Parts: sequence; C-alpha cells; structure tokens
Amino acid sequence: MDVLTPRSLDEALQLKAEHPDAWPIQGGTDVMVALNFDRGRPATMLNLNEVQELRGWWRGDGSLRLGSGLTYAEIEHGELRTVLPALAEASRTVGSPQIRNRGTIGGNLATSSPAGDALPPLLIEDAVVECASVRGTREVPLGDFVTGVKRNALAADELITAVVVAPSGAAQTFMKIGPRNAMVIAVVSLAVSAGDELRASFGSASPKPVLVTAPRAEAAGFPAQVAGAATPIDDVRGTRAYRVHALEVLTRRALERVLA
Amino acid sequence: MRITVRINGDEHQADCWEGESLLFALREKLGFPGSKNACEQGECGSCSVLLDGALVCACLVLAAQADGHDVTTVEGLAEGETLHAVQQAFVDAGAVQCGFCTPGLVVATADLLQRNASPSDDEIREALSGNLCRCTGYAKIFDAVRLAAGKA
Ligand SMILES: Cc1cc2nc3c(=O)[nH]c(=O)nc-3n(C[C@H](O)[C@H](O)[C@H](O)COP(=O)(O)OP(=O)(O)OC[C@H]3O[C@@H](n4cnc5c(N)ncnc54)[C@H](O)[C@@H]3O)c2cc1C
Ligand code: FES
Ligand code: FES
Repeated sequence: MDVLTPRSLDEALQLKAEHPDAWPIQGGTDVMVALNFDRGRPATMLNLNEVQELRGWWRGDGSLRLGSGLTYAEIEHGELRTVLPALAEASRTVGSPQIRNRGTIGGNLATSSPAGDALPPLLIEDAVVECASVRGTREVPLGDFVTGVKRNALAADELITAVVVAPSGAAQTFMKIGPRNAMVIAVVSLAVSAGDELRASFGSASPKPVLVTAPRAEAAGFPAQVAGAATPIDDVRGTRAYRVHALEVLTRRALERVLA
Repeated sequence: MRITVRINGDEHQADCWEGESLLFALREKLGFPGSKNACEQGECGSCSVLLDGALVCACLVLAAQADGHDVTTVEGLAEGETLHAVQQAFVDAGAVQCGFCTPGLVVATADLLQRNASPSDDEIREALSGNLCRCTGYAKIFDAVRLAAGKA
C-alpha cells in the first residue's frame, strides 16, 4: 500500500487522475473502520489532510463555500450555527466529540449513506456539490449527486472540493431518532424548514435523499405528505412501519418549532 | 514508510505499514501503550489522544496522517511522579475499576476542563459521550470530573 499526501489541490487532483483507484481519506472515520476490519485494502490512499484549499468555509457572492474538509466540530461551534442552523443541529448529533473533531462533510457526502446526517439539512438548503478533476470543475445538485445507497455521481478521477449553499435564512430544525443521545446511526432523521414554502428531507428512510415541499398554507397535511414520501426498509435498527410513523410525528413537532 | 511525530513534546520516528492506525503505531512502534485498543471503530474512546490539540480516536487516524503533527497521549499528562489533577481525581474518587477505559477518559476529561473549567453535568455528559466504561456505571467517573473541576 502507498499513502500519497498532496500539499495543494492541484497536486491532489493530479494524483487522483494518476491513481483513479486511490481511496481519498479526510477524517478517516469511515475509511479507517474499513481498513481496521479489513473490509478493503486499497493499493493507494490519498491523504487530503494537508490540502489547505479543502479546509474551513468562506463566503462567495451570495453563497457559502463549505470546504469538503469542514468538520462537524467547526460547524457546531462556529458562526455557521446561526447561518445553517439545521446543519449545525445535525452536526451536534454525529457520533461523539472525537468523531466530530475529525469527521467531515466531504466524507459524509462521498460515503453517500442513507443515514448520513449532513445530507437532509443540506438538501433543504439546495446545496450543490462541487466535484473537481484535472478535466475541470462541475457543480452537481445534492439531489442528483447521491444516486443510490452508498452510490454517487463522482467520477473515478474526481474529488469533492466543496459544498456550495446560499443560506435561505428560513426557520429550520433537525431531529434524529436513536437509542442514545450520542453515537447513534439514525433510525430515522429529519430536516424541516419554513421559508417561502415548507421543505423537508429525511435520513434512513429512502435510498437517496428526497426533498418534499408544500405551500405554507398546507402545513396541516405536511406531516402525512412527508411520511408518504418515505420508502424505508426493515433493518436491524428499525422497521419500515416505525420509520414511517416516526417521520409523521417528527414532522409535526418540527413544524411546531419552525412555525412558532 | 517512516513517520515523524511530536509526541508529548518530543519528536519520535517510526517505520509504519502504510495502512496502520496512529493507535497501532503509538502502542506497537513508538512505545506509548497508554492509549488502549478496544473497538478499533471509534465507538469506545479508549484510544483517545489529542492530535494538534483536538480530541480524536487514535484508531481512526491513519498513522501517516499524523506525520509532522503533534500528539498528546495519556503518558504526557503527569509531571514526572506527580499525577495530573484529572488522574489524581480519578484515583481519589474511585473512578477506576478494571482501568481499561481510564486513559481515554482521563485524556477526554483533561481536554474538557482545559476548554471549560467548570462544566455543568450536561456538558460533562456530552463531552464524555464518546468514552464507554463497562465497569463503573459512570457515577464515580462523574464524581472524578467534578472533583478535578474543583466542584466536589
Ligand atoms: C463511531 C462513529 C460514529 C459515527 N456517527 C455518525 C453519525 O452520527 N452520523 C453520520 O452521518 N455519520 C456518522 N459516522 C460516519 C462518519 O463519521 C461520517 O460519514 C463522516 O462524515 C465521514 O467523514 P470523514 O472525513 O471521516 O470521511 P473519511 O473516512 O475520510 O472518508 C469517507 C469516504 O469519503 C471518501 N472521501 C473523503 N473525502 C473525499 C473527497 N474530498 N472527495 C472524494 N471522496 C472523498 C473516502 O474515500 C471514503 O470513501 C460515524 C462514524 C463512526 C466511526
Ligand atoms: S479503540 Fe478507538 S474508539 Fe475504541
Ligand atoms: S473501569 Fe473497566 S471499563 Fe471502565
């Protein structure tokens, strides 16, 4: 095995083009579990920790660029708490402080798990995923980026460089059900906002992220609409029926918060 | 591959297999067996160390990612024979049974108190939510944290 540690984005993209099979690694909170349990043995690892262009976040014209290396801890404790409140609430539910200090949104997006906690709060804000390669950069709406369970639109020579989002300023919240307050893969999760319209997206209840919208005047029917849009499965963490029921209850509670 | 890591203030070098974790390198190559290996999947916190000042699970850091960086392990807390205030509090409160979780909890507690000198019970709970103990039932661990924070 080889570990390549580029010091700039250009170098990282060059290396990914030369080694399309290389596993990128940022926080390692998904990759290292796979390595430690021998669930994969890549010939090459691409360590992105030293690529400054991927760290932190910054303001563009009217939108924010969240670097793919932005950690949950940075979202939870910084100014983003007021700018992207549902994402910040979701970040605070991820794993533990140790996981939040390392885990990144880029890693969450690339893993493309139906349970990924960053996905619903980013989808209700119309986030766009910036994918880059030596061939150029393209912006893929988050709803198109995830193509199925743990599958996405990233090409073999591409890296996720950022998530671009224009904060709506809408009242919004995130909720997550699990057996504990920490260290929980969502049995079901939900992000809801109330701006010009009502918006919702959920986790662990469909193969890929789904955006549900309704006019504000139709708030009464929204919980049933959200639950009806879910296509969950029975698995070790919960049943299909429980998840559908929980989504309806959570949406009602979320609306009480965001319409208050 | 050869990595150079500043551990508890001193530079150390080790030859690592490219796929190994910082935890493995610390314990098996670098002579710092204080951090414990229990789950190797980020769930238990027994391997907690500070990487550039941030609390992390050493089992989830690729050793190569620590190359050129600063690591503080539980071995770095005491001053010679004098225990760190958090270590002394764990002893005095009886917060140690089998002791397997202790190094991780001590590092996580030291990290908490360094950022927040008098945490509320909820803040303690959240800060230590990534550290599992199978023996104590956590009550004595809480006592130790409050003792170390000078609130007991
Ligand atoms: C104990 C524990 C608890 C957890 N709890 C939660 C939770 O509550 N909610 C949740 O959503 N997740 C959770 N996770 C999963 C994980 O922490 C998240 O998915 C996290 O966001 C992954 O980010 P990372 O930087 O650690 O990714 P890494 O492990 O570094 O990478 C993850 C994947 O993304 C790829 N990748 C990384 N960066 C890039 C890039 N820039 N471009 C292209 N591909 C890239 C990697 O090759 C890999 O396939 C948990 C994990 C652990 C171990
Ligand atoms: S051994 Fe690292 S968290 Fe359990
Ligand atoms: S004292 Fe035994 S696991 Fe905590």
